[in-house]
Order: sequence, then C-alpha cells, then structure tokens
Amino acid sequence: MFELLGIPPQALFGQVLLGLINGSFYAILSLGLAVIFGLLNIINFAHGAQYMMGAFVAWMCLNYLGINYWAALLLAPLIVGVLGVLIERFLIARLANLDHLYGLLLTFGLALIIQGLFRNNYGSSGLPYQIPDALKGGQNLGFMFLPNYRGWVVGASLVVCLVTWFMIEKTRLGAYLRAATENPTLTQAFGINVPLLVTLTYGFGVALAAFAGVLAAPIYSVNPNMGADLIIVVFAVVVIGGMGSIMGAIVTGFGLGLVEGLTKVFYPEASATVIFIIMVLVLLVKPAGLFGRAA
Amino acid sequence: MLTRTTAAGAPTADTAPLLKVRGLEAWYGESHVLHGIDFDVAPGEVVTLLGRNGAGKTTTLKSIMGVMNKRRGSVVLEGTETIALPSRAIARLGIGYVPEERGIYASLSVEENLLLPPQVRPGGLSLEQIFELFPNIKERLKSQGTKLSGGEQQMLAIGRILRTGAHLLLLDEPTEGLAPVIIEQIGRTIARLKREGFTIILVEQNFRFAATVADRHYVVEQGKVIDMIPNDELDANIDKLHGYLGV
Repeated sequence: MFELLGIPPQALFGQVLLGLINGSFYAILSLGLAVIFGLLNIINFAHGAQYMMGAFVAWMCLNYLGINYWAALLLAPLIVGVLGVLIERFLIARLANLDHLYGLLLTFGLALIIQGLFRNNYGSSGLPYQIPDALKGGQNLGFMFLPNYRGWVVGASLVVCLVTWFMIEKTRLGAYLRAATENPTLTQAFGINVPLLVTLTYGFGVALAAFAGVLAAPIYSVNPNMGADLIIVVFAVVVIGGMGSIMGAIVTGFGLGLVEGLTKVFYPEASATVIFIIMVLVLLVKPAGLFGRAA
Repeated sequence: MLTRTTAAGAPTADTAPLLKVRGLEAWYGESHVLHGIDFDVAPGEVVTLLGRNGAGKTTTLKSIMGVMNKRRGSVVLEGTETIALPSRAIARLGIGYVPEERGIYASLSVEENLLLPPQVRPGGLSLEQIFELFPNIKERLKSQGTKLSGGEQQMLAIGRILRTGAHLLLLDEPTEGLAPVIIEQIGRTIARLKREGFTIILVEQNFRFAATVADRHYVVEQGKVIDMIPNDELDANIDKLHGYLGV
C-alpha cells in the first residue's frame, strides 16, 4: 500500500473523514449563526445549547416515547425551533434597538441556564444514543473503511446546507430575507412583515442547530456540555467565513474541518489551535472574513 | 399604452381627498422636526412639497409612510386613519414609497429588486408595461441592483412600486443628482402616470422641474406647511416662492 509523506492512507483518509464529520457540524452550526446574525444582528451564544437540546430531544423521544432516530430527525428541530421562536418573540425582540452586546449577553445567559438545567437533570457524564439499524456497519473503500453513519452525516449536512443556500439565494422568500437584512425599514415599507420574518429566521437557525444535534447524538455521547465545547470553534468558523455570509459559513465550515483533520495527521500538537491561528491571520488580512463584504 | 384596471378619478374641487394630513408631528429621537403639517391631496393629483433643506419635506413623506418611530397627528387615506399603523400595513393600503436614497438593494439583482415589493392591490402595472416606461431596466435584469447608474436606479425604484398596485406614490427627490436628459425622462414618466390616474406626492428641491408636472405646490418651512400655490398661479407668485426657498 502506498504512503503519502510517510503517512499510511488508512490513517490519512481516516483523519480526512473525521475532519469532514467535524466540518459538517461546523458548517450547519455556523450556517445557523450566519443566518441569525445576518437578519437579527444578534450573536447567538445560545446556539451551542440549542444544538445540545436537539440531541437531548432525540434522546428523550427514543427513551421516553419510543420515537426512533428518523422521526426525531424531523421532530427535534421542529420542537427546538418552536422554542427558538418563543425566545425570539418574548426575549430577543425586546432588544431590537439596543447594542449587539445586549443580545450577546442575553443569549450567553440563556445558554448557561439551559445547560445548567440539563446538567441538573441528566448529569454531565453523557447518555448513549444508538446508531439507527439502517446505518450500522460500513463500506470498505479499499483505501479506507467508511462507517455508514459517518457517511450519512456528511451527506445529510451537505444537502441541508445546499438547500438552505438555495432557499436564501434563489427564492422569493430568500430575496425578502436578504432585503430585510440589508434595509429592514424600507423592506417593511413595501408591505413585507419583517418582524415575522425575523422570528421565523431565528426559529430556522435554531432548528438547524437542533438538526446538527440529532446528527451528532450517535457519534458523541449526549451530554449538556456538547454544545459549549463546540460553539467557540464555530464562532471562529463564522468569523473566518465572514459574519452573515451564507456561502462563507458552508465552505469555511467544511474546509476548516478538513484542515483540522489534516493537521491531526501532520502536526497533531496544533490541531486544537489551527482554526484559531487561521482566524487571527484572516482577521489581519481580511477583517470582514473570506466571504464577507466590508462594511 | 399603460392601462390600469383601477384608475383614480381626475381631481376636482369637489372630490373628497385621497389623503388628508392634519397636525402631523414627528421626532428624530428627542428632536422635534414636524410641528403640525396640514394638507390634502385629491385623487389623481400631483402635488409637490417644496422647501429649503431641513424644512421637513422628507420627514413628512416618511411619517405618511409610517417609517418614523415617533409621530403624532392624523393621516387619513381614503377614510382609513393610518397614524397608528406599522409601515407594512400602510403599504398594503396602497401607498408606494421611493426614498430619497432610492433604496436599491445591493444584495439583490435588478430583477429581484423589481419583484421584491408584494402586490398590495389589484391594478398594478405588468413587467412589460414597466419595461415600456423604462426600457433600460429590461436590459440589466441580471445585474446587481447597485451596479446601475443613478438614473437607472431611480427608474428601478419607481418601476418596482408600480407593480404593486399602489395608487398613491410618494417620490422623494426623484431628480436629485441626475443628468438633465434623465430628469426629462422622469418628468415624462410622472406626467404619464398622472394621466393614468396615479396620485403622486413629490418632494423636490428643483421647483422648475416640479412646475412641469405638479398641480399644486405646498411650501414647507420649519416643520409646517406655510403656503399652497396652485401650479397655474406659479408665475404670479414666483417672487414669493423664491423668498420661501431662499433662491
């Protein structure tokens, strides 16, 4: 079997796959953050907690109600998305005319409360969630072994990201969203219900986080800190892609997952910090992010 | 030929006003800028708001449209009081607004800009009718909205509200910064829209342009309407108007 720079292909492609898996979660989560930031100008620090809630709702569906993974994949985003709608309507909407900082503090506080509530009830050691039967096992590709579930996560994430991009960039609803992001006052003066659009957008962004949470449940153990561990990296991904940039969030999410995976192969010591190093470099060279528009 | 299915009637002295503004006040934060604006607009009329910079003309349009956060008084459109309504509800009563800065969205193509405002009433112009008015737009549909020239952006800003079925158009300085040939085109368009029965309130600094299209002129000073001059009496009142405008 060939080697690349002294690395066996199984190890190399294994890490590439791991990078793609992480990249899938980075992409969906940063996409949700970008959508929310674009329209609401809110840095949604509760995003990690909402991702964790998605995983927990899937776990509860299975253990309390016997609802399987596939149904949970639809139900959990719906339930957590509705919670997001309520959060926007009753809390975030009240901060509409205040500085960004207030939104950040509110959502940070919400994240701590939500995580605390789950830690109180379920502990922090993690709860198992089985891979659905249809996705157990894997494929031998010759140069690597591909577990079915991990392939599914990458594929499903890619599809969700591309459908979201299409919806925002190519449909009438997306045009309303982009218009309201750019000039909400004028958009409202055309007869478009911008406050409703804002609420639904927040709910959608939160539902994306919950969807990622359900995808993650069988890979990582379901625990109250799973979002908190991930969210800082996701914020770095959003900054690198460009705050509010949809395509930036998707490309950067998958790309940085890959970079992180490859760093684990070639220089493991830097794998935990490589994304932050890239963030610093991007901020120095292109402060609006790789895909962002300068203000 | 433009044909609207719901053409408003021609203005007469006896016609009930389409828009009745009484005691309109507005604030930017703590700054009180309108101090009780009063005027009427009859169906099918073109009226202008003339006045010096900072007199309150643009704020009057914004207040009618409901985009000012704090406003008070009465704005009645066809018998419906709109002062407490959000701007989206006011738009749906049939008012189309072209802001001073034109409001073309950089993140939308020309076509998306044109199709953005939803139809609020029947009787809006079709795309073909809009292209007939503004042929330049048709050739640039796929361009980014803000890549158009200033004149083309103005045509786009006017064109997109004609689709909606709005019958009262608020045009804020549509000729500002445009070349004379484009100003003529905008003037011809406004005259044509008037013939088709649209009611138009025009904010203008350029009263020579205003005189070519308007029926009446309201003079705004320090947040109040201080005079009304019918267009056919403009020549007789030109010195007075010069005094108002400081020219």
